[in-house]
Amino acid sequence: MKIEVLGMGCPKCKKLFQNAQQAVEKSGIQAEVIKVEDLNKITDYGVMMTPALVLDGKVKATGKIPNVQEIVNWIKEKTQ
Amino acid sequence: MKRNLKFLVIIGGFLLFYFLPLESFRFRNPFFEALAMLNIYAREHVIFSLIPAFLIAGAIYQFMDQNTVLKYLGAKTNKVLAYFVASVSGSILTVCSCTILPLFSGIYKKGAGLGPAIAFLYSGPAINALAIILTARILGWQLGLARAIGAILFSVIIGLCMHFIFLSEEKERQANGEFQLGNIENKINQRNGLQNILYFLSMIGFMVFANWAEPQTGDESLWSMIFQYKGYLAIGFVLLFIYILVYWFRKEEMIPWLESSWNFAQQIMPLLFLGIFFSGLLLGRPGEEGLIPSRFIASLVGGNSFEANFFASIVGAFMYFATCTEVPVMQGLIGSGMGQGPALALLLAGPALSLPNMLVIRSVIGTRKTVTYVSLVIIIATISGIVYGSLV
Repeated sequence: MKIEVLGMGCPKCKKLFQNAQQAVEKSGIQAEVIKVEDLNKITDYGVMMTPALVLDGKVKATGKIPNVQEIVNWIKEKTQ
Repeated sequence: MKRNLKFLVIIGGFLLFYFLPLESFRFRNPFFEALAMLNIYAREHVIFSLIPAFLIAGAIYQFMDQNTVLKYLGAKTNKVLAYFVASVSGSILTVCSCTILPLFSGIYKKGAGLGPAIAFLYSGPAINALAIILTARILGWQLGLARAIGAILFSVIIGLCMHFIFLSEEKERQANGEFQLGNIENKINQRNGLQNILYFLSMIGFMVFANWAEPQTGDESLWSMIFQYKGYLAIGFVLLFIYILVYWFRKEEMIPWLESSWNFAQQIMPLLFLGIFFSGLLLGRPGEEGLIPSRFIASLVGGNSFEANFFASIVGAFMYFATCTEVPVMQGLIGSGMGQGPALALLLAGPALSLPNMLVIRSVIGTRKTVTYVSLVIIIATISGIVYGSLV
């Protein structure tokens, strides 16, 4: 599974990146967490408000920082 | 090589400290000025301006529905409406500059197109709650008002110019697509419209009356009456605010609100106070000297000449300002003899543009459009500086 954290390097994006990493550990599912800082790629996803979280190409959250448990739930939904 | 370099650094440091002109007033005073600036901000601005401003910014972020605003910037929106929304929506959609560029890029590629995207890009940094509050409070309400009105008005003008200059390209290029908003959850909000308005009003009211300026002597108008009772008025608004929090808010919505206010504070305060320190060090408090001599500032951007305004616009366009640091820098510059016109010119060109963000903008809209945009910003900032400077 591929988890992308979209944002141009603001403090909120760093926090979301940490949350995503923790969520992956907690869920125990194989997934890589990637930072996407290129503006054009962010727009390609149609994301306006950063930070945003993308799971396997699907935008899950924009403009806010989901907590670890929320991200774990999304990961589990995907793998079921 | 590396060892030689180290040696040179040590020698340089030795010479620097050996010859430090500690006895010289000209050298010592700027450090005093830097601390004095921090002292003034801590005493006069933290409790009555910064804290309410962060609370308001947090409330906007938490309780205003950003997604509804975004709908009006989409590809299918009526064009006139899109310009209007783009020019004012910065106040709701952005707090720091790092959120502006994704919105700009999205509006350009997937939304209402080049004109509205440019309008948003230009006005955003000038009309967010923090910038307006700090400008009006520290640089005076006239300059604060001129900045907000100028930013909104000129954003539409610059946006329209861009649209018509690149009309043929815009017609070929069809901006389309959908904004992705993620899993939308309804923001918990159990208050009606009036209650929400009162909530924001209570915070703004406190700030306005707590900071009510002393009238000129002999002034018997309403202004001085308000000044006499400003303490009671401010306390009244605080009591209203507390009443609203206790009776209309649930704990689950208070915590995220305070958290986002805290996040903004954490993000903006360190750079702001660093800006204040260096502004004091280099420019001194108003009327005092910093490391840079006042007459140097006055000769470059004093008065209201074309050169002064033009120079201020160019410097503003290329210089990078961290969120809200433009305010203490401007305070230092005005105190050192910068004219009101050039001050507005710098405020209109400054936070909207910087060398780093020009490069990002170029990666989205290309070199030709970026150069055109930068030139338009500089021209309009210069003209409005001259006009404003001749009015006040």
